Amino acid sequence: MATQTSNPSAEIAEIPSFTVTFIVRRFDPENDAEPYWQDFDVEMYSTDRVLDGLHKIKWDIDGTLSFRRSCAHGICGSDAMRINGRNRLACKTLIKDLDISQPIYIEAIKGLPLEKDLIVDMEPFFESYRQVQPFLIASSKPDKERLQSPEDRARFDDTTKCILCAACTSSCPVFWTDGQYFGPAAIVNAHRFIFDSRDEGAQVRLDILNDKEGVWRCRTTFNCTEACPRGIEVTKAIAEVKQAVLRGRP
Amino acid sequence: MATKTPDTTSHGDLTTHHHQFDVVIVGAGGAGMRAAIEAGPHAKTAVISKLYPTRSHTGAAQGGMAAALANIEEDSWEWHTFDTVKGGDYLVDQDAAEILAKEAIDAVIDLENMGLPFNRTPDGKIDQRRFGGHTRDHGKAPVRRSCYAADRTGHMILQTLFQNCVKLGIEFYNEFYVLDLIMVDEPGAKGKKKAQQAAGVVAYELATGDIHVFHAKSVVFATGGFGKIYKTTSNAHTLTGDGVGIIWRKGIPLEDMEFFQFHPTGLAGLGILLTEGARGEGAILRNASGERFMERYAPTIKDLAPRDIIARCMVQEVQEGRGGGPNKDYVFLDCTHLGAEVLETKLPDITEFARTYLGVDPVHEPVPVMPTAHYAMGGIPTNIKAEVLSDNDTVVKGLYAAGECACVSVHGSNRLGTNSLLDINVFGKRAGRYSVEYAKKAKFAPLPDDPAKEVREMIERARSADGVERLASLRKELQEEMDRNAQVFRTDESLRSVAKTIHSLREKYKNIGIHDRGKRFNTDLLEAIELGFLLDIAEVVVASALERKESRGGHMRDDYPDRNDEKYLVHTMAYLTGDATSANVEDHITIDWKPVVITNYPPMERKY
Repeated sequence: MATQTSNPSAEIAEIPSFTVTFIVRRFDPENDAEPYWQDFDVEMYSTDRVLDGLHKIKWDIDGTLSFRRSCAHGICGSDAMRINGRNRLACKTLIKDLDISQPIYIEAIKGLPLEKDLIVDMEPFFESYRQVQPFLIASSKPDKERLQSPEDRARFDDTTKCILCAACTSSCPVFWTDGQYFGPAAIVNAHRFIFDSRDEGAQVRLDILNDKEGVWRCRTTFNCTEACPRGIEVTKAIAEVKQAVLRGRP
Repeated sequence: MATKTPDTTSHGDLTTHHHQFDVVIVGAGGAGMRAAIEAGPHAKTAVISKLYPTRSHTGAAQGGMAAALANIEEDSWEWHTFDTVKGGDYLVDQDAAEILAKEAIDAVIDLENMGLPFNRTPDGKIDQRRFGGHTRDHGKAPVRRSCYAADRTGHMILQTLFQNCVKLGIEFYNEFYVLDLIMVDEPGAKGKKKAQQAAGVVAYELATGDIHVFHAKSVVFATGGFGKIYKTTSNAHTLTGDGVGIIWRKGIPLEDMEFFQFHPTGLAGLGILLTEGARGEGAILRNASGERFMERYAPTIKDLAPRDIIARCMVQEVQEGRGGGPNKDYVFLDCTHLGAEVLETKLPDITEFARTYLGVDPVHEPVPVMPTAHYAMGGIPTNIKAEVLSDNDTVVKGLYAAGECACVSVHGSNRLGTNSLLDINVFGKRAGRYSVEYAKKAKFAPLPDDPAKEVREMIERARSADGVERLASLRKELQEEMDRNAQVFRTDESLRSVAKTIHSLREKYKNIGIHDRGKRFNTDLLEAIELGFLLDIAEVVVASALERKESRGGHMRDDYPDRNDEKYLVHTMAYLTGDATSANVEDHITIDWKPVVITNYPPMERKY
């Protein structure tokens, strides 16, 4: 029987392991008055992910380290965090893509209430999402599929990729200072329906996003686009929604 | 989130909250949310999930959802039924497969009407592509049956179902970890065996450490799979079989647990899934010398043979020295002839996975792949109304299961690709419908005096665990042993080795220590409890595999290489009948058998 190992490339190329220092911002509300930074030295391979490093800390050094994760390959959106000051998914960030001559700084995403270590309260984020009516609004009840041309389908393809990880929203300087702002992720999810040819609720959503906490708060810093682990052109989507608001239609 | 203020009680420093719902759904993946959409408008419904709903592993499914829409070419649900039965090596219950294939068409239309952005044909209909084992006219040639949204069909299904739950105002309890099913004696139950019915569940709230009792008329389990019993797996870290384990501990049998699917194309060494849709679009498996080896094994449909067959052929190629790489321990998925455009538009996610995790660009070079533990065909036995069974045919009142955690059985001994996204929609909907139907006429069964007692003790035990064994080491030992000895090929000897390892791990498990003694987001405690379920489930898989002395579908015994219909054309029913910690697995797991439902398709030799 073929045996499989978790790190074939390490075996194959005889890549040596090396020590990486993680400096993690810790906070346990039951014991700590304030967050603090803690160092951990971990043996890693260059093909490892940052998530592997966090697991090595949790499983071998300190079981109290708390973070969310599930799929471990960038599709479930659980493990968005600030890695060296940039919002990324821990499971999609490879050690070889970081400068390991320096420590790797890990902290929770910003702008949402800190719960424990790398875990934040996601509820305000999902509340903004729910407010933009993120579902198809269509009055017809066809007994077959609604038709949609490949061109119409392509118009909102990019924003269907969103995994609601909050990397974009929690990288936005406007959101950091104004938690009432809908934030990029909610606008992305509004975009996904506003430009769907089958949807009839565009006007409602455009009105919602014309609010003072809506699209006009966006200052096009492009942090969101840079942060998106799914490669969604978030700032462009926001710009398209702004234009639609001005036009009064998609 | 709309959370009603329930009554609370306290034991020591543990607070218990009490809720009441007509229908409680455990799990917020595809099956759970499809059930919620069906139940929510008609009964007071709650969905309880260990994760935020959009984190569920339905979102990782890639290739598509089968339905004989015939949008591209001639197709029929009857052909789909046949393919499902043959794909499952005739262990499929044919009445259930017929429902699956028939209701597939409405299930896809439902999703489209809910907003799912399927890929489209030039004339605007839902596009369809080829997938393994799905054929025209009973095996004549591959057929385009898979409805898809690029290579993120599961993501789009999960998002669409969540969106519609938001639309309907479904009440969610996110990051609540269900740890017990409350079973009570059926009122007025007569006969020699005392019948029990479901009355609710008990959950642990991760954020606070509080305990919640959910009193319910109907309970639906939609808790997904348990791929984490293996090391190399496409499954999420959270897929630890908790739901199936809870059912098992309640004395309800588990069906066909030896049948675990190894998906052929996991990224070598990592197990991350690369969709079969790649082969549906024309990608080819090659060995080290570049040979398209599937031509030798399945001359008619080649790389589109079902997964069990391809996984075995890949392992055989490697065992016979034709693997690639310095250690000759993988084969290649060659997509290079598909062109950048097909990869970027129809297979963008897997293209990125190969680039990110292996540094291999599928546009220019073949991708190293090996089978990865992917899907449990077996699980909680149910009938076609998604009602859970306590033996071959007795319904447990008020208890339902759907999706990967259930075994209805539409997948038999090997599931066809695209039939699981279909399963969660068809049987998730049925679970919703029938659980409401029951809740409408049933009364709340009285709860025991202290329904949270066992969970409270379990939590206290885990939180104060201060032994010397590390849970991560025990888990790793289990997963490595399962990969080594209960994977694509098995023998009596290899399986007995796993059973022995599990026994020793159980002994060590009694002496684990955890670090986190806190109440808030105690994921250390969570992982300790999950490991307990993994050990239970792995042992049932092994015990079932030991007793099936034949090779069928996903269960390949080197010591019994042939299918044996005379003896084993039956479902395996495993029962917990003794002390789970006893050394000999036969001391506490009893295997019984259940007839397969055969309607139109008598078993034939399975050739492709």
